[in-house]
Amino acid sequence: AMEKMSRVTTALGGSALTGRTMHCHLDAPANAISVCRDAAQVVVAGRSIFKIYAIEDEQFVEKLNLRVGRKPSLNLSCADVVWHQMDENLLATAATNGVVVTWNLGRPSRNKQDQLFTEHKRTVNKVCFHPTEAHVLLSGSQDGFMKCFDLRRKDSVSTFSGEAPEAGRADGEVLWVCHRPPDVFPESTKKVGLEVSTPPSRPPRLGRRQACDSSPQSLQGLPPWLLSLLEPLTFSPHGPPPAGQSESVRDVQFSIRDYFTFASTFENGNVQLWDIRRPDRCERMFTAHNGPVFCCDWHPEDRGWLATGGRDKMVKVWDMTTHRAKEVHCVQTIASVARVKWRPECRHHLATCSMMVDHNIYVWDVRRPFVPAAMFEEHRDVTTGIAWRHPHDPSFLLSGSKDSTLCQHLFRDASQPVERANPEGLCYGLFGDLAFAAKESLVATESGRKPYAGDRRHPIFFKRKLDPAEPFVGLASSALSVFEIEPGSGSMSWFVDTAERYALAGRPLAELCDHNAKVARELGRNQVAQTWTMLRIIYCSPGLASATSLNHSVGKGSSCGVPLMNSFNLKDMAPGLGSETRLDRSKGDTRSDTVLLDSSATLITNEDNEETEGSDVPADYLLGDVEGEEEELYLLDPEHAHPEEPEYVLPQEAFPLRHEIVDTPPGPEHLQDKADSPHVSGSEADAASLAPVDSSFSLISIPHALYDTRLPPDFFSALVCDMLRFYAEQGDVQMAVSVLIVLGERVRKDIDEQTQEHWYASYIDLLQRFCLWNVSNQVVKLSTSRAISCLNQASTTLHVNCSHCKRPMSSRGWVCDRCHRCASMCAVCHHVVKGLFVWCQGCSHGGHLQHIMKWLEGSSHCPAGCGHLCEYS
Amino acid sequence: MAEGENEVRWDGLCSRDSTTRETALENIKQTILRKTEYLRSVKETPLRPSDGLSNAVSLDGLNKLLAHLLMLSKRCPFKDVREKSEFILKSVQELGIRIPRPLGHGPSRFIPEKEILQVGSEDAQMHTVFADSFAALGRLDNITLVMVFHPQYLESFLKTQHYLLQMDGPLPLHYRHYIGIMAAARHQCSYLVNLHVNDFLHVGGDPKWLNGLENAPQKLQNLGELNKVLAHRPWLITKEHIEGLLKAEEHSWSLAELVHAVVLLTHYHSLASFTFGCGISPEIHCDGGHTFRPPSVSNYCICDITNGNHSVDETQVNSAGNVSVSDSFFEVEALMEKMRQLQECRDEEEASQEEMASRFEIEKRESMFVFSSDDEEVTPARDVSRHFEDTSYGYKDFSRHGMHVPTFRVQDYCWEDHGYSLVNRLYPDVGQLIDEKFHIAYNLTYNTMAMHKDVDTSMLRRAIWNYIHCMFGIRYDDYDYGEINQLLDRSFKVYIKTVVCTPEKVTKRMYDSFWRQFKHSEKVHVNLLLIEARMQAELLYALRAITRYMT
Repeated sequence: AMEKMSRVTTALGGSALTGRTMHCHLDAPANAISVCRDAAQVVVAGRSIFKIYAIEDEQFVEKLNLRVGRKPSLNLSCADVVWHQMDENLLATAATNGVVVTWNLGRPSRNKQDQLFTEHKRTVNKVCFHPTEAHVLLSGSQDGFMKCFDLRRKDSVSTFSGEAPEAGRADGEVLWVCHRPPDVFPESTKKVGLEVSTPPSRPPRLGRRQACDSSPQSLQGLPPWLLSLLEPLTFSPHGPPPAGQSESVRDVQFSIRDYFTFASTFENGNVQLWDIRRPDRCERMFTAHNGPVFCCDWHPEDRGWLATGGRDKMVKVWDMTTHRAKEVHCVQTIASVARVKWRPECRHHLATCSMMVDHNIYVWDVRRPFVPAAMFEEHRDVTTGIAWRHPHDPSFLLSGSKDSTLCQHLFRDASQPVERANPEGLCYGLFGDLAFAAKESLVATESGRKPYAGDRRHPIFFKRKLDPAEPFVGLASSALSVFEIEPGSGSMSWFVDTAERYALAGRPLAELCDHNAKVARELGRNQVAQTWTMLRIIYCSPGLASATSLNHSVGKGSSCGVPLMNSFNLKDMAPGLGSETRLDRSKGDTRSDTVLLDSSATLITNEDNEETEGSDVPADYLLGDVEGEEEELYLLDPEHAHPEEPEYVLPQEAFPLRHEIVDTPPGPEHLQDKADSPHVSGSEADAASLAPVDSSFSLISIPHALYDTRLPPDFFSALVCDMLRFYAEQGDVQMAVSVLIVLGERVRKDIDEQTQEHWYASYIDLLQRFCLWNVSNQVVKLSTSRAISCLNQASTTLHVNCSHCKRPMSSRGWVCDRCHRCASMCAVCHHVVKGLFVWCQGCSHGGHLQHIMKWLEGSSHCPAGCGHLCEYS
Repeated sequence: MAEGENEVRWDGLCSRDSTTRETALENIKQTILRKTEYLRSVKETPLRPSDGLSNAVSLDGLNKLLAHLLMLSKRCPFKDVREKSEFILKSVQELGIRIPRPLGHGPSRFIPEKEILQVGSEDAQMHTVFADSFAALGRLDNITLVMVFHPQYLESFLKTQHYLLQMDGPLPLHYRHYIGIMAAARHQCSYLVNLHVNDFLHVGGDPKWLNGLENAPQKLQNLGELNKVLAHRPWLITKEHIEGLLKAEEHSWSLAELVHAVVLLTHYHSLASFTFGCGISPEIHCDGGHTFRPPSVSNYCICDITNGNHSVDETQVNSAGNVSVSDSFFEVEALMEKMRQLQECRDEEEASQEEMASRFEIEKRESMFVFSSDDEEVTPARDVSRHFEDTSYGYKDFSRHGMHVPTFRVQDYCWEDHGYSLVNRLYPDVGQLIDEKFHIAYNLTYNTMAMHKDVDTSMLRRAIWNYIHCMFGIRYDDYDYGEINQLLDRSFKVYIKTVVCTPEKVTKRMYDSFWRQFKHSEKVHVNLLLIEARMQAELLYALRAITRYMT
């Protein structure tokens, strides 16, 4: 700090900057401000204001009103103002009517107006003095021209046209390396026909004093390159813009380090780099923004860096030293960027303000583009001008605004959005570990509250290594806790297996239930298996007994004792299910019991048989459980089930282009009526014959009574819905959705749309996280919720480029509109492929799926004869 | 006959797939033939009094279908549909039913049909544009066919309009069409009202609303005032208007909805200007676009009369036009000479500041008195007036009525810097679309003037644009308003003023009497400048009020 202070003191010639955050009221909205090099005065310009204020410790004091004369002229309606950084008496303004005015404060009269340049045809948006030359002024206007003025002459010395140079240059091609060696200079002077006998390696600079004192008309001391420009050398005459639209210039800035270079920004998003001696063409040009580039600023120290701000709400930092202008940083703000200014002495900081909507001034660290480092919120309307008070002091910022105030902001008074930020993050690891980051203070108190949690949860606290360059250290440090999963317990393989093996549609309801029950059972999820079985009983037992099926079933009865061994009570499901939902318990307090439960689940349920007395559901289940097993044996044989599923799913995958948009009811409903009856009907009799496994006799009578009165499945729907909600709440949304799909109409109406949508969305999300695309797609397709089923109708378009002209093919996928050729030919049959096109990723030849398949069965070479060994898998 | 059978679905025709179109056409054919048969059978049996009404109704229904078919046979971009439609019409005629024929002379009453691109003879690129437009709206309207003179603009225009009406946006679809109706009705533009009444019903709007604004929801009624001011005196819009709309309890508009509504209102106000400015004929399938009468009965159409465009006028103008060919040739030469002079002496003769300021004021004041001499009152076309209230409220000139309106300085609030950002913030992507449209309209040039080639017309285009903004009190600091007087003659000013401020009063005579040697495409070009400049002017006032409300 001492070092910096001393630098400031030297720069100021003995007095350090002092002051406080303060503001003063102006009579009118400001359009721009500029600071005198003594850092003690600021000029404010606007449509109807042009004043100089002295910055004192406690307040702004109006020093001079430059708007004199009775009838205010449009020449005084300022769009921009700039104060010369070499000469305290010299100012320039850009007027909305296109006039450039210079002001000499040293004039004895009340009117300080010095020169008037009326060469621009449209509003001048920006004026800029050369950083080291006393008499060189640059202007950029809406008419698409930039003009360089020598203040000792009446007219501009050169004009630069913003019109795009001939084609081919606009794409960022380098025309001239920006940092030329000094010896290039004489060449360019020769070019304009000026003999320089002893070319200086660098143009002679004018001493500061000399610049101030030199008489305006004297041409002595003028750098030779400027002299050369005094010759008639206007490549773009003052006349009308040549044919072809010239783009409006929004900003011009002399490079601080490169004597000859200046940058200009344009309404069409381009940025151009010019050599002041070469008005015929720009050195390089690149597109920086989408839409107008409102402002730019050269980095005060880093010679290659240029910051640009645009209507697209972006601030971009470009490295201009490289071969192509390279974007090194990008800050996304919330409104169009009107001004950008690098912060002195802080390499990565810049200040921005907006043109619309947002009134605040932000200071950004370009390396941390998401949260501003500091924010000034004093203004009540948009900020139109910002300026750092001194080129070596980072703590004073001045600003003018449309709300007619002039402000001095002190950096230490800035509000820091980081303080208000709530840095929290939550993420699952690959193996189910959970990482949670929160503000350090919050975590500290919380872990203090739970002393015992330490051994179970394995919280690990990290503290990031301090990086002195980082601005937010200390402000937003957060603690990270990691909750590890016990080895093995976090495996979600049951989820993946279940998802892959479940059958959701395409078969009778009873079969689906049985199949799914079997899947669940094989994965050791007995509760789920029971639930499926119960569902089957509830919905597939309409008591249409027939003698044949009865006999049939009884004969097979012995092969299906397994489900009967398990009885079931709803009350006991809760802890059991916990084993599958442990990931949700990020609190992780009681982990141990869940592991136990896995193994004990069957135990508990087996013991519970007595409790089923009097309960409708289990009784029903007991009786109905036994039917139709011969089907199951055939269908659900694991060897069979596996090849069957991919076969069932793949065709859908292969034709993802169009789905019917209509809400088709899921498959089982169609099929159920026809196919269900034979085995369902067996249930009643089966129950009777197999019932006495181990329950009391009364159980048999109840189902008989039930069937006699034909208790409709509707009777259970409330219960089933409760069950679904229960599963969903336990985190097993897979079960909820699967049942929902399988049962279809039977329960759908009892659960509100939104809940269903929520379940579907969660399940699909989970499936996609496990890369189970096929299943997820199937679920989407089977869902009846509009919001879900439209998921796979979005972005189903595949954009294809023509293989000949490389242009996108718009209307049809196989004929190019431009070159009128068929783009996708089959390498086997040489016809156009209009449907599925398969191609080799190695040689990019291909054709009809069937043809290629057949070809590659017989040959391993590419059918196109390119010699590539194609593989088809 | 069951109602369901009478339903004709046209949407299949919009498909790009020819088989889908064929099936749809076949269905339409079946339905129509069935209806025709039914009507014939009824005719042959002796008429019972109770049947009279229902017969009239079903005949009416059939006629509507036939009119739609007629439109398809002329205006569908797909050749197969055009041919088949014509075939169906022929077969209906053979069954003894009277079929309609188009009235008027093509898409525009001002431009001879032969000058306008015929559907079917467009190039491949334009065909894609047509097909897109047809797919989106199920029609290819006359506005599109006239704008085809300027394909680059048309594409941008259709894209924007499609986005405003059919893509993501805060307002429900039927609201959008209703707002379109409200806006077009302010200028008594029955053409646009008819189009959007159909669309409104098509997207499921409540037919009751069409009986008048007082039958629409309170929320839309609240918009009436803004619509009125925006259409006729946009400079009077204040942030209180905005506040009134945004803070109306349960009838409040959200900011995003309001911006959507404002864009729609301004779009349709200016489109009404285009409709009248180019004399767009009624759509073939709408009222006034076709007739069932045989051709010999009369040779003028009703719409001409309602627009004060009597056939007598036409002959007068024509004869006058013939006489003054050499005269008008001289006009172009003179205009070009003036442009040349202005170009050259720009630097030499520098007007003083006071002079410049007063030139704007003079132009602004004079623009008030620029009105065609035949300023007769036109009664609003039949049922259009019910869509808006306060019919007497029209464009009023600021100075004439003693109102002092502060000049709007474009350097303080312009579209590029301010309006764009606001629109894009509240109604994403639309700012970009409108911005593109403004750019294309403002920069469009073929470097031609009448018979001359390689002319830099930027000065002339800027004069037209700034003159329109001047009428709305919008001033460019960096423009010398003296140029307007040099470049725009009185008859041209009359036309501009009428199209922009009171489009319902445009007559063919006005259209014919300005820029007599210029091509029709150039006059359409002028209209594009007019409508975009008008839209921007209205938008600037409305958006400035919204900005003021927000700060």
